[in-house]
Amino acid sequence: MGISPVLWQFLVKWLHASALFPAEASTISPYTDALYFFLLLMTIVGLILVGALIFGFSVRYRREKNPVATQVEGSTLLEATWTIIPLAIFLVTFVWGALLYFRIYDPPANAMNIYVVGKQWMWKAEHPGGQHEINALHVPMGRPVQLTMISQDVFHSFSIPDFRVKREVIPGRYTTVWFQATTPGTYHIFCTQYCGTQHSGMIGEVTVLSPDDYQKWIQQSTSGMSLAQNGERLFASMGCNACHSGNAAARGPNLAGVYGSKLTLTNGSQVLVNDAYLRDAILSPSQHITAGYSPIMPTYQGQISEDGLIDLVEYIKNLQSNFRVQQTLMTSESNQAAPTTPTEGTTSETVKP
Amino acid sequence: MSTSVPTLHTIVSLPDQSTATLPKKHYINNEHGLLSWLLTGDHKRIAMLYLISITFFFFIGGAFAGLIRLELLTPQSDLVAADTYNKFFTMHGIIMIFLFLVPSVPATLGNFLIPIMLGAKDLAFPKINLLSWYLYLIGGTLTLAALVLGGVDTGWTFTTPLSTHYLNTHVLTAATAIFIAGFSSIFTGLNFIVTIHRMRAPGMTWFRMPLFVWSNYAASILMVLGTPVLAIAIVLVALERLVGIGVFDPAKGGDPLLFQHLFWFYSHPAVYIMILPGMGVISEVISTFSRKRVFGYTAVAFSSVAIALFGFFVWAHHMFIMGVSNYSALVFSLLTMLVAVPSAIKIFNWAFTLQKGSITFETPMLYAFGFMGLFTIGGLTGVFLGSLGMDIHLTETYFIVAHFHFVMVGGMLMAFLSGIHFWWPKMTGRMYPESLSKLAAVVTFIGFNLTFLPQFILGYLGMPRRYAAYPPEYQVLNVLSTAGATVLGVGYMLPLLYLGWSLKYGAIAGNNPWQATGLEWQIQSPPLTENFIETPIVDYEAYDYEWLEKKQREEVTTVG
Repeated sequence: MGISPVLWQFLVKWLHASALFPAEASTISPYTDALYFFLLLMTIVGLILVGALIFGFSVRYRREKNPVATQVEGSTLLEATWTIIPLAIFLVTFVWGALLYFRIYDPPANAMNIYVVGKQWMWKAEHPGGQHEINALHVPMGRPVQLTMISQDVFHSFSIPDFRVKREVIPGRYTTVWFQATTPGTYHIFCTQYCGTQHSGMIGEVTVLSPDDYQKWIQQSTSGMSLAQNGERLFASMGCNACHSGNAAARGPNLAGVYGSKLTLTNGSQVLVNDAYLRDAILSPSQHITAGYSPIMPTYQGQISEDGLIDLVEYIKNLQSNFRVQQTLMTSESNQAAPTTPTEGTTSETVKP
Repeated sequence: MSTSVPTLHTIVSLPDQSTATLPKKHYINNEHGLLSWLLTGDHKRIAMLYLISITFFFFIGGAFAGLIRLELLTPQSDLVAADTYNKFFTMHGIIMIFLFLVPSVPATLGNFLIPIMLGAKDLAFPKINLLSWYLYLIGGTLTLAALVLGGVDTGWTFTTPLSTHYLNTHVLTAATAIFIAGFSSIFTGLNFIVTIHRMRAPGMTWFRMPLFVWSNYAASILMVLGTPVLAIAIVLVALERLVGIGVFDPAKGGDPLLFQHLFWFYSHPAVYIMILPGMGVISEVISTFSRKRVFGYTAVAFSSVAIALFGFFVWAHHMFIMGVSNYSALVFSLLTMLVAVPSAIKIFNWAFTLQKGSITFETPMLYAFGFMGLFTIGGLTGVFLGSLGMDIHLTETYFIVAHFHFVMVGGMLMAFLSGIHFWWPKMTGRMYPESLSKLAAVVTFIGFNLTFLPQFILGYLGMPRRYAAYPPEYQVLNVLSTAGATVLGVGYMLPLLYLGWSLKYGAIAGNNPWQATGLEWQIQSPPLTENFIETPIVDYEAYDYEWLEKKQREEVTTVG
């Protein structure tokens, strides 16, 4: 062999480091892969069939063998066959794909929630317990995790190929995705929607930790303030508590326990109060007036960042009584009254409806 | 056998071909001088003008493809900066889609052949036809201007709010270019529809029309009904940039998803605008080289129309992960599955056209076989993406890049090259060199597969599209892909060279070198400016090879 050992070693190493199939690191992966292999089989069979027909007829009916063509008009039976069989296969694919779609996009009720904000060109992850990460995401193994995502600027798309999940991250509305990681390790996070100059730099790593390691990580990386606490501070400093005080005579609706309830608006429609509704109601209140209240709330469009909105949403989500709201109104220094940080990112899940 | 170029006569030996001479008078030498071309109303001359201009843009777009593949040879973005890379793929997309694929077959082969196939002297509106070429040129020039002035980096999809608020490149110039080029395609479509409805020769009923005409008819409907929506979307993007009307801006109560809906309402049917005329070419070529009527003519004709109809109702399958409602996702996925069926019908009908035929394997036929194989892969991988759950993992990755290149390049470009070789003798009166062109067809096929098959694997691995840099474990597959692109480049350069050569040195073709049945083959090559000396009366079905045989026997007897 004339190949130099150095080059040889390089080639061996290079080929070994190369990937051909993604890791199956979430509970969804095997389901996606099953459909993939079915579709792959369909493609290969289809290709072999078409190839065999072309090749077979080309050999059998080439001019040297068959100098004169026999004219055939067509055959309804044959044509019906190759209409109905592909149609049937495609319909099976449709049903299978739809089932998979709902499996991937319908989060289980006990999923823990993490917020993700996309911006040019980074991913910011915000855990309810106050852990903030950039281009990184730490999640526990074996627990369903839901991501509530929003973009601060352009379209992004949050993708973890080894989990087989992906969802567009859109300015102006929350989108969600969930997964349950099965194997500890680190996996790629990609932004898959073209978002400008550093699009290919908008990558990160998701680290899957065993439950113990995850506890350790949670405790070590907290910023000291949970999202709800940040939200409470914002709630007071923006003066929200002046109207949303929970008093019977208050000018704004009572927010304690509002999350997860059904509201009737002045236009008669019924809405479910979720993250998206709370966000919209803060930004464009005039379109979300609860029945019985007058449209006096100003818009907060452009005054609160997406991170601030997440804090507020998280705060309202966890608001069980108006005691502290009223306390805050009476004491001018709201910060001193803040309680200690919860030890775990579970605040949201305990109060979920 | 002609002695001057003996090797070139492996094709079909017809009695008249060895003694064939170029006709004294034809559309090329009818008038002389540059102005006679620039002010022509002749559909054949306009077709040639289009052919030259789209070839020019094809090679510019191809150069960008080459640069993209070069950059992706290594994981880091080291050949060019990320910004430049973004401009590369944007220019590649805009040029290839709006300036090559959309006009490719309709504006060149369609312009040249549709009037002749119908037995007409010209298209219904020759001046509008010329205007459409000038609009195309203005669009092309503006695109080049955007390129020279510093490029544009929106991606060919112009996604808002990136394109409206976050980029300072020449978005408006490029948008104007596409807006204007869009009108060129509307005019072409309009011309075809009116011509096909009103100018068929006596006896040329709808079901005697060649399938090439049917498929161009279907594509024309899409052009006329779809392109205006693209124009609207682009005008809104321009207004949003210029005066901030806020239709797509959530801060002003707009919705960025609305742009996606408008854009894909055109750009999905645009896929069929690109592929349908190519399917028409394949029908003609397969039939001619099997000497047999297309199997199930009616089914193939109606499947074109079905594709055109269904094609309008599947656009939201580009948005499955963008938070469209579950119900609309279900409906659009189901419709996507339905639109796949007519394509499957076509593939099997072409395959069974071969059965009991008398098959020869000239270059157009090789390209057509290439089309059938690659389009099968392209079509079936489309089913992956139409399937909701699978789409989540595959969309926005290299899988989708590979899929649409299989359809657009493996399908449409193969069909275009097949058609160009097939009708080259008719358009120029001369043959292309057969063995060299067969080599080019094989090189293209191999190069194509080497380029795009690894991209399916990359896509399933999760490599996102439009990445200037990527994780190192994806390098091996990217190197394979780039190697394939090099081979593919050679495959595309070859026809440019030998077709140019054949203009002067090619063997004289004669009227009907392939023994094909279409009306275009019953007249001289190259045709007269007025196509027919007297209006033909059609008293035979399409692809009637027995009629052709009888006619030729009679001619020999008469001459004898």
